[in-house]
Formats: sequence, structure tokens, C-alpha cells
Amino acid sequence: MRRRSKAVNGGRGRSGKRRVLLLELAHARSGDKGDTANVGLIALKPKYYPLLVKHVTAARVARHFKGMITGPVERFELPNLHALNFLLHGALDGGGTISLKTDAQGKVFSTALLRLEVAMPR
Amino acid sequence: MTAARGPSPVRIAAGQGFWGDWLEAPYRQVTGGPIDYLMMDYLAEVTMSILQKQKSRDPSLGYAKDFVPLMERILPIIVERGIKVTANAGGVNPRACAQAVAEVARRLKLGGRLRIGVVTGDDLLPRLDGLMARGHELRNLDTGRPLSDVRERVLAANAYLGARPLVDALRRGADVVITGRVTDTGLTLAPMIHAFDWRLDAWDLLAAGTVAGHTIECGAQCSGGNCLVDWERMPDLANVGYPIVDARPDGTFEISKHPGTGGRISVAGVTEQLVYEMGDPAAYITPDCIADFTTIRLEQVGRDRVRVSGVRGKPATDKLKVSVAYFYGYKAVGTLVYAWPEAYQKARAADRVLRQRLESLGLTFEAIHTELVGADATHGRLALEQLAVEDLPEVQLRIGVRSHDKPAVERFTREIAPLILNGPPSVTGFAGGRPKPEEIVAYWPALLDKSMVEPCVELVEV
Repeated sequence: MRRRSKAVNGGRGRSGKRRVLLLELAHARSGDKGDTANVGLIALKPKYYPLLVKHVTAARVARHFKGMITGPVERFELPNLHALNFLLHGALDGGGTISLKTDAQGKVFSTALLRLEVAMPR
Repeated sequence: MTAARGPSPVRIAAGQGFWGDWLEAPYRQVTGGPIDYLMMDYLAEVTMSILQKQKSRDPSLGYAKDFVPLMERILPIIVERGIKVTANAGGVNPRACAQAVAEVARRLKLGGRLRIGVVTGDDLLPRLDGLMARGHELRNLDTGRPLSDVRERVLAANAYLGARPLVDALRRGADVVITGRVTDTGLTLAPMIHAFDWRLDAWDLLAAGTVAGHTIECGAQCSGGNCLVDWERMPDLANVGYPIVDARPDGTFEISKHPGTGGRISVAGVTEQLVYEMGDPAAYITPDCIADFTTIRLEQVGRDRVRVSGVRGKPATDKLKVSVAYFYGYKAVGTLVYAWPEAYQKARAADRVLRQRLESLGLTFEAIHTELVGADATHGRLALEQLAVEDLPEVQLRIGVRSHDKPAVERFTREIAPLILNGPPSVTGFAGGRPKPEEIVAYWPALLDKSMVEPCVELVEV
């Protein structure tokens, strides 16, 4: 994927940190189980995994998707795959056949999560 | 070549990742290089209800019809090469599916050279009232409600069977095993249990085979399809190679694909598939075992070759998952396209007008859902926050309604077209005509004691 080396805020940040889109640190795939969307978030390099663990918390993801999901967010760690798995409950307007959403099966919650900004050490 | 018993590796190729997948894939898998098994997964959560509907109209239907012509094309090759097939194409009528395949095989003059195994016992619909009377409430895993809430609207009820009945069919000499609701992973695990004589309490091995199944159950989604990493440089997706598991008796396996095919087998792509539709990764529960995805080790051991090892498993539970399909109500979705200038604002205005008219008509809906395709349909407000909406060259207004009241949904479908002449300007894209109300068949996941379900294996000699 072409990485827009877009450092948000023009690359300047507080306390010597640079804010970057998660898109620069991770890739992702998402799917559905009923009305729950799952997003698997995978570090592009193993050294990014601790940053994901630290910054991309369940609470942070819940804030990111506020108003877009009706239930809580759960997070699971897969250090062996340098990946985190998020369950976004109540994300799919009932899910499956009930949902009126274009993305009734949660396929593109993956890249929606990659819009999240995180603070990176310089 | 036949499926090896004993210590040599076994090659299991994925041919279909869902009903509707690429029709060329199975043919390419059986001709592109040596394989021992072809695995084809057809059944998504909602597929069973579609098939049940077809069977209620015609008792000889209710299976994935595409499977039969597809088998017609590959049967002479698989018979010649000794390739065995596992497929849950049988849907709610595996026997009819097997008969249809047997007829095709006879037409191809393969009489005496093919044995078809049929796995049934997953269909709970005829037994539902008896089960409920005996206290099996089949509570919805998401909402906790008992199935009695929707009993009169149930259209299909199937237990997810595991690998065991397929193993039984393979042991009895089946060349093609056609099943109803068998887990996606069981279709890949069964050939391994059969070929390597794995014990049914060898939890680590069963978990390894389950991980192998999960990796290839969505076809090319682990070999370059839908892969975000480096997608622009993904080689030759037009000729994407579907994945192949090279399984070993010790539970390690490699994911590869036929030489000369497109796509890519990489750690990144395999990882994307591993986390797909994942719940708690430490407890991936199947009828066969519980696989712990936090133990998986991946290693790129060659070009287009990823080695998987280290998988640990735990004992299976005493429950089976049950998927119930029930009639929920009606929905319809209508669309119109608005053009620059102010395409976004015009679409928003049209949405307001439409909603006001629906309200004036006194129609009630469980939900009215509006998306502006080109702006917020996929990423909602996250997209709008970073978008100059006034510059958009066009926007599709997509509005859907859902209701238990069919006349309300039908009336909604008549309120879209008038907007072309009596709503905001610069509107087009209604060539498809009035949207049609659609019946909603919803999914009800539940658990049932394993002892209540007895899988059955029959053999059909061609």
C-alpha cells in the first residue's frame, strides 16, 4: 500500500512526539459475527506492535467509533502475530440480513480503524 | 496418486470460499499441480435459510446448485488423479445434492469408479418442538432470549457438525463427501485426521488442522485477495492462485499455491486471514476442539510459502452451535444520484424531504437508514470529518427502511421516484426502477448439547 507519509499536524506534536495515522503502523482485516464487527489490527513491523498495545486500547477505539456503534469494545492480544483483535459490539445495525447498511458485514471497519491517530516517539 | 496414509504430507486445496466464489478456482486447483483433496466451503450463516426456502418450493432442491456443473467439469480429472473432495454444498438437502452429482457422474461414464459420502444429521427443523419440549431452550447467544420467542417464524435450524462424520465417510471409501451444515474448518481437518490417523482427543493436532481450515476456508482471501498490505503490487490477481495446505502428521503445515499463479502467500496475508471473523483468539471453538490462535507461529519459508507451527488446542466442549434462521420482517433500499454542484447538500435535502413525506403518510418503520455513498457510507462521520463535501462531483443517496409492516415498506418503495421531478435538482440514476421489498430472514445463534445430535453417514455408489 502506498504510505502517505502524512504526519498529522504537519509532523509537529507535543512533547517531542509525532502524530501519525494508524495506517502507517498497521494493516487490518474485519468481518462480522451477528451484530458484532471484528477488526484484526496487525503491526506492519514487529517493532510497532508495542505501540499498538499501548495506544490502541479498547477505550480509545470505543471513542474513535463513538456514535457509530451501540455496544462496548473488547480487545484481545495476539503477540505471536503482532496483532490485536477488536470486537465492536452493536456495529452492524442488527447485522447480516437485518442490517440496512452498505457494510452490513463489517468488511471495511478495518480501514475505518486505520484512520485513528496515535502519538509516535520521534 | 491417492491420499497417503502414514507419514507423508497431504495436500489439501481450497476450491471455493463461499457460495458464489470464482467458478474457475476448483478446476485450476485440480489441474494446476498435484493435490490430494479439494475442499469447498459453501455455507455462510444466512445461506441455509435461502436453501430452505428453495427446498420448500421444490423438495428436490435446497443445496448449492452451482456445485453440480462445477463437479461435472472436474469429476473426470479427480477420478483419474484420485483426488478426494470435501464440500458442504449439500445445504439443507445433501442427499439430493449427492444424487445430482451421481447422475452427472453416470452421464460421464464414471460408473463403478466413484463413491459419494453423504453427511446428514445436522437438520434440527423436524425435531425442534421435541427438543424444546425437553427443555432445550436454544437461547440466542447474543440476546439471551429463548427460541420460543420466534418459534412460529423459524425457517431452518441446523447444528454445526464437525470433522468426525467426514472422517467416517472417508474411512468407508468415499471419494466425494457432501455435507449439510458442517463447520468450514471441519472440511479441511477431516482429511488430516483420516490421512494421519489422528486420535480424536489429540487436541493440539486437531487445533492445528482447525487453524489450517480457518486459513484456507475463505479461498483466495489468504493468498492475496482482499489483502491490504502492498495491494497495488499484488501480482496477477486475474490469475490468483487459491491456497493449498501441505499438512504433516505432526500438525505443522505450510500454506502455498500452485506455481505460475497470481496472488501471494505471505506472513502478512496469512495473518490477515487468521484474524478474520475472530472472536477470542485463545478460544476458537469448534465441534472438534478449541484452538488457541495465540500459539500460532508463522514463518516465511520460501516464495509463496508460509509455515505454520506451534498450534495448541484444548478439549472440545459438550455443546454444538446451532444456527436458526427465522422470518424477521421486510426491508427495501432505494437509491438516487445527485450531481455537482452541492451534490452532498442536495442528497441531504432529498433525504429530509423523503423522511418528512414518510412521516406525513403515517408510516412506521423499525429503522430508516440513510447513507450518502461517496461520502459517509463506509466510514461514517470518520470520513466526513476529513472531507470537503462541497467539492464532491456526485453523491448517491441510499436510503433503506425496515419494518414488520409490509405495506409500509411497499409504500416507501413508491416514494423514491417522485423525488426526481419534485425534489432537489441535478438528480439521476433511477434506471433500475422502483426498489423491491425484500423478506428478511434473520440469524439466531444458539447452543445445544452434543448428545442431542447424531450425525449420519450414507454412501452412494455411482
